[in-house]
Amino acid sequence: MKSAKNLIGLTVLGLLITAAVLFWSKGEGIAAEKEPYKIGAVFSITGGASLLGEPEKKTAEMIRDEINKQGGIDGHPLELIIYDDETDPTKCNLAVKKLIKKDEVPVIIGPSTSGTSLAVVGVAEEAQVPLVSCAASYKIVTPVETHKWIFKVAGSDSHVVGKMFDYMKSKKVSKIGIMTVSDGFGASGREELVRLAPEYGITIVADERYGPQDTDLSAQLTKIRSAQPDAVVNWSTGPTQVLAVKNWRDLGMDKIPLYQSHGFGNLKNLELAGKAAEGVILPLARVNVGNLLPDDQPQKKVIMEYTKSYDERYKEPVSSFGGHAWDSMHIAIAALKAVGPDPAKIRDHIENTKDFVGQHGIFKMSPQDHNGLSKDDLEMVVVKDGKWALAK
Amino acid sequence: MGRKNWLIMLGAAIFIGVFPWLVMPFKAVSHYVDVMVFAGIFSLVCIGLSLLMGYAGQISLAQAAFFGIGAYTSGILTSKFGVNPWLAMGGGTVVCATVAWVVGVPSLRLKGHYLAMATLGFGVIVNIIFAEEVNWTGGPSGMIDIPYLRMFGRKITSDLAWYYLVWGIVFLVLIFCFHVLHSRVGRALRAIHEDERAAESVGVPTAGFKVRVFMLSAVLASIAGSLYTHYVTCLNPSSFNLMWSIRFVLMVMVGGMQSLWGALVGTVLMTFVGNEWLQVFAELEILAYGAILLVVALFLPGGIVSIGGFRRKRRQSALEGAGT
Repeated sequence: MKSAKNLIGLTVLGLLITAAVLFWSKGEGIAAEKEPYKIGAVFSITGGASLLGEPEKKTAEMIRDEINKQGGIDGHPLELIIYDDETDPTKCNLAVKKLIKKDEVPVIIGPSTSGTSLAVVGVAEEAQVPLVSCAASYKIVTPVETHKWIFKVAGSDSHVVGKMFDYMKSKKVSKIGIMTVSDGFGASGREELVRLAPEYGITIVADERYGPQDTDLSAQLTKIRSAQPDAVVNWSTGPTQVLAVKNWRDLGMDKIPLYQSHGFGNLKNLELAGKAAEGVILPLARVNVGNLLPDDQPQKKVIMEYTKSYDERYKEPVSSFGGHAWDSMHIAIAALKAVGPDPAKIRDHIENTKDFVGQHGIFKMSPQDHNGLSKDDLEMVVVKDGKWALAK
Repeated sequence: MGRKNWLIMLGAAIFIGVFPWLVMPFKAVSHYVDVMVFAGIFSLVCIGLSLLMGYAGQISLAQAAFFGIGAYTSGILTSKFGVNPWLAMGGGTVVCATVAWVVGVPSLRLKGHYLAMATLGFGVIVNIIFAEEVNWTGGPSGMIDIPYLRMFGRKITSDLAWYYLVWGIVFLVLIFCFHVLHSRVGRALRAIHEDERAAESVGVPTAGFKVRVFMLSAVLASIAGSLYTHYVTCLNPSSFNLMWSIRFVLMVMVGGMQSLWGALVGTVLMTFVGNEWLQVFAELEILAYGAILLVVALFLPGGIVSIGGFRRKRRQSALEGAGT
């Protein structure tokens, strides 16, 4: 008797599931008049780089919904397939293979970090599927001959350093002391600072390094002070960049201006550093300072739109990383709109992207440059009354 | 090796042989071939770890570090010095064996789980070296420009070619390990696992055997690392951190510590779980792993292969093997 009851229960359950599946698939069938266009995405939504992947995912989903609300791409609904690589290169590698084989996407956006991006460059190149990375390392897209299918929408560290040095020259700064954190971010920044300084006629009089877990940077700053530079440059992410500001203030080094990397460009850092941060100078992407831009700035419109809709939907401020997702998503959508879901044609279209107005700049891609940004796409920003202000 | 093991191996080989042809026609699972390539690479690490854990009774939390040493040795030798990848693979095994000997000799002379502690520290140190020696390893952003593996004058790039290459090596290693286990060395190892003092009292040089098994496990991890290098053609320190060492131990435990088949089943299963079936857990993956480990340790101490009397059969076949 009992088993009979169970059997009936199971049958009913099975029927319900079948009905649900049928209903679901039917619902989709009505909505999709034309076949959907697919975009594949891999972001580090969890793990060490979740700070990057989380806003990237949110931005990509928001854009998908916006496009579909407007009737899709020429009537084709946009289907976004997102995988989380958990900031693990092996998982990222498998996720990209899955996007190519299982989901058969014609274009991929992401991954979020340089480490995970480099782990999939070979996969996309071999499968001949265009990939638009959201990470910064120049190694992702060079040399272009062997990275034919790879693009990136994040500016390189050389742009950030170049912008900073341009500004320093205008302020008659010729001797600098640098302090960098010993991780991937700091190492890459240090490399560019040291490489580009001679080109701009700048001498590095002190070159200090510290660990990402260090809790006091007075020793490094004292050494730099004794070398008598015109300015100090700190290059790090996380707690150490706030520490640098506090120690710099505590040592009374106000006469020697403190420059930070673009990593400092998070409002959280201003909260944490408080009054000590007044006067700190850094190069920043325009997406972070949309409301400060003059109205005739060509990017102003898209940045303000993005800032507004992101804030409405998620109740949090936009970040540089979400901006990368916005840029890669819209570059992919523009290509799909122009040439349809053909990987080779999409690649050619992205390579010829000219004057694309994005969150991080005005992209000018070419067969020699698969990034399309330059140092002029950044703004010098100074901390004033606990907020960003454009540096004059 | 026993007749039973040969039969299982034949079955496993047939399954592995036809697996791609079963999944490739179906788009939704066609990428399982890629998952299986990684599962095969990880299997090599886990077979070595299974010898160490299940047979010599020692836990190593440095297998990811040896995996990484093999990978980086291959990467550096081939990309910076233009060494033949197969020679570089050999170079990696020599480096790993030497390092394992240096780490193993002092810690394996001690009783208890000193090796686990020593290897924990060692693994962390090695990972820091991978991240800090930027000029050699490319640091945290990764090492690139690693050449493809060549065979018979042709580049191996297709996933199917990799699949058969990796699994071919796995089976060769399995045959080798079964021979080791069913020799005098294997009997000595089992004696050490059962009771180290008793083994010593009958004249088994326990420390020496443990060091050699540790070295063998390091060599297998190194081969796996070299294969990984040329398959992914990019190296990043985070592929070789403590988390991965723990994953390897988990793979062996889930499958069944005292069986090489257990290591294989556990690795394949956990690779699929981690990359396909438990993706939804994401950050909570480590919790899910903890839960799996707890369930296995409490209810299934012999691992998955112990279900359904498999273990009894294996014991029998081991006895047969030992008797011959």
